[in-house]
Amino acid sequence: MTVATEPRGELRLWLAQRASAAVLALCVAVHLALIIYAVRGGLSAAEILGRTRGSVAWLAFYLLFVAAVAVHAPIGVRTVLREMTAWRGRSLDLAAGAFGIFIAVFGARAVWGLFQ
Amino acid sequence: MSEQPDSGPALAVKVWRGRETGGFQEFRVPRQANQTVLDVVTWIQRHLDPTLSYRFACRVGMCGSCAMTVNGTPRWTCRTHVSKVEQGGAVTIAPLDNLPVVKDLAADMTAFFDKWQRAGGHFVPPEERPADFVAVPPGTRERRAADAGIECIGCGVCYAACDIVRWNPDYLGPAALNRAWTLVNDVRDAGGDARLAAVAGDAGCHACHSQENCRQHCPKHINPTAAIAGLKRATAVALLKGRL
Repeated sequence: MTVATEPRGELRLWLAQRASAAVLALCVAVHLALIIYAVRGGLSAAEILGRTRGSVAWLAFYLLFVAAVAVHAPIGVRTVLREMTAWRGRSLDLAAGAFGIFIAVFGARAVWGLFQ
Repeated sequence: MSEQPDSGPALAVKVWRGRETGGFQEFRVPRQANQTVLDVVTWIQRHLDPTLSYRFACRVGMCGSCAMTVNGTPRWTCRTHVSKVEQGGAVTIAPLDNLPVVKDLAADMTAFFDKWQRAGGHFVPPEERPADFVAVPPGTRERRAADAGIECIGCGVCYAACDIVRWNPDYLGPAALNRAWTLVNDVRDAGGDARLAAVAGDAGCHACHSQENCRQHCPKHINPTAAIAGLKRATAVALLKGRL
């Protein structure tokens, strides 16, 4: 029986997306609950910053959230592009990687901005 | 098939003629009691146009030869009654989707069966001959998983119904992956991790979107989506344990 070698990389990506999805399920639930809770007393920038500024717990939570999105979204977009277009190969992998770095950097920057 | 025509207007049957390019030809076929779609095709060939090409063998739902697209849906034609699928007295019959056309209603199944081989869909005996017959108790988890998929007749209906096959011509497809899963669960088989490597990746089980078109259309009521989910689990475990 022939043993394919390339599928291992695809399997790792699939596993990474599954694992990040599990993290996202928790993060999104907490995030949505927080939104519903936070707007009850009226929503203001001061209130949000009052909660997040200096809070290591919220910093850690949202950095985890950003990390999970940065893993999950590029893999999914890459898969969609592979299925819906003829784009394959290294250029697509690099573009997906760049998209992940973009999400990670700007996401982390936003989270840090709320923490400072 | 009874030669006694039923009363009522004739069926208006559109049949694909040609290969990849071609067109539908319309025939008028008398209705008969308990008429199947395969009966209709056979009647056309015997009474109206002997050049019509199609494929069948057993006529009783065992061999998997006669699958065609009937009113847009892949079906085994020998076990599909006209009364179940006709739309206002009309039936449109075409070759299976997602496969090249040999001629008229005969699809080229080569790619479909080649993928069974690529998916490791054949029994691999152990290198050393077992000392005795291997006992396979019917109640074990592995045996039940294999039993769930073993009745596949290789008709290609699931393959024609699968959107992933349509999008990705390299995708192994539901039938080949279902067969691989029955062998993964066969305690006598020695294909092991090589088979798991063969079915992993975006041409294998990880391409499946779990839309369950295969399950919806399988005439044997097999659930290839469940088999593919099993392969996803098995390959993930094998990777995490460093076996892939």
